[in-house]
Amino acid sequence: MAAESPILTVTDLTRQIKQVLESGFASVVVQGELSNVKRAASGHLYLTLKDEGAQLSCVLWRSRASGLSFVPEDGMKVVATGRITVYEPRGQYQLDIISIRPLGLGELQAAFEKLKEKLAAEGLFATERKRPLPEYPATIALVTSESGAVYHDMLTVFRRRAPSLTVILRPAKVQGPGAAEDIASGIADCNALGGIDLLIVGRGGGSLEDLWAFNEEIVARAIASSRIPVISAVGHEVDFTIADFVADLRAPTPTAAATMAVKERAVLLAAVRAAVTALRESVQERITDSRRSIAHLVRSYAFNRPIDAVRQSSQRFDEAVRSLKTALEHRFALTRAAATALEKRMASLDPRLVLKRGYAIVSRNGTYISARADLHVDDLIDCEFRDGAVRSRVLEKK
Amino acid sequence: MSAKKQTPEQDFESSLRRLEKIVEQLEQGDVPLEKSLDLYEEGISLAKTCADHLVRAELKLKRLGKDLEGNLKLFEQEEPEE
Repeated sequence: MAAESPILTVTDLTRQIKQVLESGFASVVVQGELSNVKRAASGHLYLTLKDEGAQLSCVLWRSRASGLSFVPEDGMKVVATGRITVYEPRGQYQLDIISIRPLGLGELQAAFEKLKEKLAAEGLFATERKRPLPEYPATIALVTSESGAVYHDMLTVFRRRAPSLTVILRPAKVQGPGAAEDIASGIADCNALGGIDLLIVGRGGGSLEDLWAFNEEIVARAIASSRIPVISAVGHEVDFTIADFVADLRAPTPTAAATMAVKERAVLLAAVRAAVTALRESVQERITDSRRSIAHLVRSYAFNRPIDAVRQSSQRFDEAVRSLKTALEHRFALTRAAATALEKRMASLDPRLVLKRGYAIVSRNGTYISARADLHVDDLIDCEFRDGAVRSRVLEKK
Repeated sequence: MSAKKQTPEQDFESSLRRLEKIVEQLEQGDVPLEKSLDLYEEGISLAKTCADHLVRAELKLKRLGKDLEGNLKLFEQEEPEE
């Protein structure tokens, strides 16, 4: 031995062992045969798990013991999940069992019937407890395994039927140790998150043992206390689990669950179209009705009286215009005749008319000369004839 | 980011319900004409919202997990293989 070991007290050593064991075996799953099953007055259950080579002391505290779906008996093969704890006063380690389930078909079947009976008696399967599924879910959460075909198959259905959906996957272990706890906490998580309209909890087909998690009380309780409606979809059509009885709707398969969860897009679109048609028709009808009543009013006597008045005055107006027009036209005609007469008279006074008869007009520097006395010898005068003028000189006064 | 995208989805159901309500109101026929024209316009616009939503949308995938502090959190989820 290298360095000298320090001297420990029993308490110190035991505490160190406790630390090592409890942190190293914080979560274990172990299978074995039950023996020494004892129920203490306190309600805690003490038992031993053994096989050919070893044995393990176990304790199941009252709170968990009361939730058991079967009665543990000596000789029964079970699978227990839990953690190792060290009981210092006696220097003993033991398995603190968190969940325990029977192993083997006979035991499983018996446990199934027992739990079913118990939960039925509590009213957990009652029809009145079933919540209605949302008509138009926008967000659906799936509590299932990510790796299985189930997730993939459900997505295929959603994509085809309702591509407007938001799908939240809460990956969960769906078989083996810890599966039931994971499924239950998945359901609780989805409820805690909020904003989810519908839950689908399930897995694909398998043996009774594979599906066992869905027969565990913890899952049944989680479904029962979910605020979000739950569809269970476990295994094939012939497989019935406790989860199916508690769920708000049991789907025969995961694909069926997806189909039942959402309305087909085409159906919704048809509903929208029908609404539009109904809108159009009702408004069209309103307009037709209104038009009809307006037409009726227009035809009514009360409505026509003012129109008559208007018609009468417009007639009077037309007449006035007509007579005014006639009067004016008469005036125009008279004026026009007077003007023509005047024109004729004016024309007869025109001095140029005499030129046509052979007279000439004499002027000097633009001044008409009408008397001999106004002219002198050598004056330049213009003589205007009908076809023009000539310039002449006065040669002598006769 | 995801909160913004959820609004139209949540709107779908309320839009559809409002649309159904409007149709019902109009079919009862005791709404004044002016009001019925308003309702009609609102209904047509709601129908368009609904139809757009149905036609355009693409499946949104999320994963519910926990962050480092152990709080529930939604993560983006990839399309599964196959």
